[in-house]
Amino acid sequence: MKILYFAWLRERIGKAEETITFPPGTETAGAAMAHLASLGEEYAYAFENPSIIRIAVDRKHVPHDAPLGEARELAFFPPMTGG
Amino acid sequence: MVAPVVRVQAEPFDAAEESRLITAGRADIGAVVTFTGLCRSEGGSLAALELEHYPGMAEDELVRVSTEAIARWPLQAVTVIHRYGKIAPGEPIVLVVTASAHRRAAFESADFLMDYLKTRAPFWKKEHFASGAEGGWVAAKTEDDRAAERW
Repeated sequence: MKILYFAWLRERIGKAEETITFPPGTETAGAAMAHLASLGEEYAYAFENPSIIRIAVDRKHVPHDAPLGEARELAFFPPMTGG
Repeated sequence: MVAPVVRVQAEPFDAAEESRLITAGRADIGAVVTFTGLCRSEGGSLAALELEHYPGMAEDELVRVSTEAIARWPLQAVTVIHRYGKIAPGEPIVLVVTASAHRRAAFESADFLMDYLKTRAPFWKKEHFASGAEGGWVAAKTEDDRAAERW
């Protein structure tokens, strides 16, 4: 699955995007985030406070317990500060 | 059904021209509200804001909030433009233009659009300081969330 990171999540992880194959049983956006957090120090740092992270599945905001289903693109980012 | 005009662009925009495009050649519009959000210098300490966005989703989300405004108020036109990239103090960042037969719908929907796009549109601001010191990411404000909850 294509994974995107933005703002300080991108900086902490050190990349804007990558492709990840999640282990079987990774059924929700939050579970995907927990898996990513286990991939190394930089990921653990990026996801150290998971409750504040916003998630989008196929370019739509979703809650952390949203099912991944057949998602193609999963994005993680901090609360937005546009406008 | 009115179709919103939504643009996400690096270039500056001309608020007066966007308003003129909405009213040109028609006589049914009674009220146009134009809101422009600008980059502040913060007393001279800020050299620039850098706006990062999620291409594709940023446009989609601005269309979604604009469509919601059109469903909630009797609007005749909506234009939303949001810039990305490096923006200097004094330059515009965001434009919302709403048009309606009467002022209340135009005022309220413009206010709604700004509150909603601040909490839903995937843009992030990073500060660059005039001193050369490394800037940081602007933190989201809880009052912005509360403002969006009013609607």
